Amino acid sequence: MPARPTMKDAGPAGKRSTKPRTADRPSAALTRAQRIELYAWMRLTRSLEERLVNLYRQTKVVGGLFRSLGQEADAVGSAFALDRSKGDLLSPLIRNLGAMLVQGATPVEILRQYMAKGDSPTRGRELNIHFGDLERGFIGQISHLGDMVPVMAGVTLSFKLRGESRVGLVYVGDGATSTGAFHEGINFAAVQKCPLVVIVENNGYAYSTPIERQTAAVRLVDKAAGYGVPGVRADGNDVLAVYDVTKDAVERARAGGGVTLIELMTYRRKGHAEHDNQSYIPAGEIERWAEQNDPVDRYVRQLREDGIADAELTAVDARIERQIDEATDLAERSPMPDAEDALTGIYAEPARLAPLWFREPGAVVREHERAQGWGTFDG
Amino acid sequence: MAEVTYLEAIRQALVEEMDRDESVFCLGQDIGAYGGAFKATDGLLDRFGSNRVIDTPISEAAIVGAAAGAAHMGMRPVCEMQFIDFISCAYDMLTNYVATSRYRAFLPCPIVVRGPSGGYVRGGPFHSQNPEAAFLHTPGLKIVYPATASDAKGLLKAAIRDDDPVLYFEHKYLYRRVKEELPDGDHVVPIGRARIAREGRDVSIITYAATVWKALDAAEQLEKEDGLSVEVLDLRSLLPMDDDALVATVKKTHRALIVHEDTRTGGVAGEITARLNERAFEWLDAPVMRVTAADVPLPYSPPLEDYVLPQTADIVKAARVLAGY
Repeated sequence: MPARPTMKDAGPAGKRSTKPRTADRPSAALTRAQRIELYAWMRLTRSLEERLVNLYRQTKVVGGLFRSLGQEADAVGSAFALDRSKGDLLSPLIRNLGAMLVQGATPVEILRQYMAKGDSPTRGRELNIHFGDLERGFIGQISHLGDMVPVMAGVTLSFKLRGESRVGLVYVGDGATSTGAFHEGINFAAVQKCPLVVIVENNGYAYSTPIERQTAAVRLVDKAAGYGVPGVRADGNDVLAVYDVTKDAVERARAGGGVTLIELMTYRRKGHAEHDNQSYIPAGEIERWAEQNDPVDRYVRQLREDGIADAELTAVDARIERQIDEATDLAERSPMPDAEDALTGIYAEPARLAPLWFREPGAVVREHERAQGWGTFDG
Repeated sequence: MAEVTYLEAIRQALVEEMDRDESVFCLGQDIGAYGGAFKATDGLLDRFGSNRVIDTPISEAAIVGAAAGAAHMGMRPVCEMQFIDFISCAYDMLTNYVATSRYRAFLPCPIVVRGPSGGYVRGGPFHSQNPEAAFLHTPGLKIVYPATASDAKGLLKAAIRDDDPVLYFEHKYLYRRVKEELPDGDHVVPIGRARIAREGRDVSIITYAATVWKALDAAEQLEKEDGLSVEVLDLRSLLPMDDDALVATVKKTHRALIVHEDTRTGGVAGEITARLNERAFEWLDAPVMRVTAADVPLPYSPPLEDYVLPQTADIVKAARVLAGY
């Protein structure tokens, strides 16, 4: 049977397929401040999404709302393994809000984007977290799953061709591994030895489709062999384990070792989007993951074991709440876009299209230039 | 100065642009050591090395997607589709990712996708296609389709320098059949401007690519046999289309015959007709007429292919009907 994530794959009590955490793991070198930072990014992801749910219920979110509840560790832990000072770049998927925040996306940008505001990063052109910023190291996704794999193959090909010491990371879900673009992209990148890390987030479902209806492969990580690249599987709900496997792959890519495929085992606790009632989920499954395998709860326990006081984390929570409140106020005050901005920026030149004639103000009745003799044709 | 074929003009444009700008590189199937199925990239690997002439797997979506990613990072990739028929394998990448990139994400995507197109070569349904109509409908793309060696060179250089994605269709029937002396120096033909291939007063034939030559043959015959003065307008660029040139020729002749090699329904001729209707209705003395391929997949056998594709005799016949309307 294919690999629906189970508590065995991702769980505090479960068997780990990654190496046990020891002093030689990259996460052992994280400073105390960095370890708290990891917590903060996960908390910010969750709290920001909770704020978005409130705004959605107030009908202030114009389109659909996509949650990453229960997957915060895989987004944050992996993005944290990139080196922003070296210009590493990632392409997030719809459940990688945490990765974008780590790269520098701000709560107010996310809120404005969801609220379709004129000063949102895409000026109201795109939805939800579909936006990017090359300066900060994230590139906007499109809805067509798998398509970002070839694009990131090209981004990282340019790093290789220019001899730059940069690495790219692309996220796909379990569903996207069924697309042609995923296959073509990872194969292309593997052949070219592009410095690319491909993360497959296996959260068990693509919309309502469980993994066993997506693939007959027993484990998605086994696909790596078909592309001649190393494959690693890790507990996606353990932020440090995610950081460790990603960091190894990033450094391998930076050293010229090419592509690594990482399968992160996690679980999607909300529906495909907020409207989805998850009627297709077996009874009790979501609750079990929430109670026994929440990535934030697990990491808090870990931090306590490492001697970090609850008060420190509570202070982080309070700071994040203030940050989100301020961002919400700003986003709510943001204007909607000017309608005619819709006609700008399709091409470099012309920078703006002329309005269609029936949208030209006051130009409904036009004088027509007429050829001499028009209307007098006599055959 | 020696005459240069349409194919050699393409090669020259690639070489000159790669010499001029080190961010330009080529990628595609069998373009390196083999020099491409039609040898358009012959010698480029030796000259520029494997980092700038990249042989790829059979993966059109990855070729175009990777070109887009590299373009975002400041490169100027030129993708070769081994036959343009395979561009449909990259349709999603081109229409959803590449074409929307500037608009939705403010990310320039200056790529060129080029490849041998068109029929009259007994290539059958999958080595003869003219896919321009499938992309004409996509805002964000540009489309050029040269008919002469001079335009083949000048438009490819313009396409590579353009800050937006350009589909560059090259007609394989013309590769070695048309040649001319090329202008000296840095010969760039601006995208979006049509060319009057022959001046005339009585009927306008609006066309592009290989049928420009058939229209010119038809015009010659019509002048000799009927005393008709036929203007031939070579569009060269389909997106953006040179509306001013369309209107200008109709204002002159008052009769428009649109000729293209692609199939009829939903073809470029329909779009041209609509534009003439909107902008030059009062100047027309007759309905706009079309000579196109029949609406069938292009068959292989010579009697079948010749029957389906527009021929000079068809253009002559249609122009006579139009002139006598």
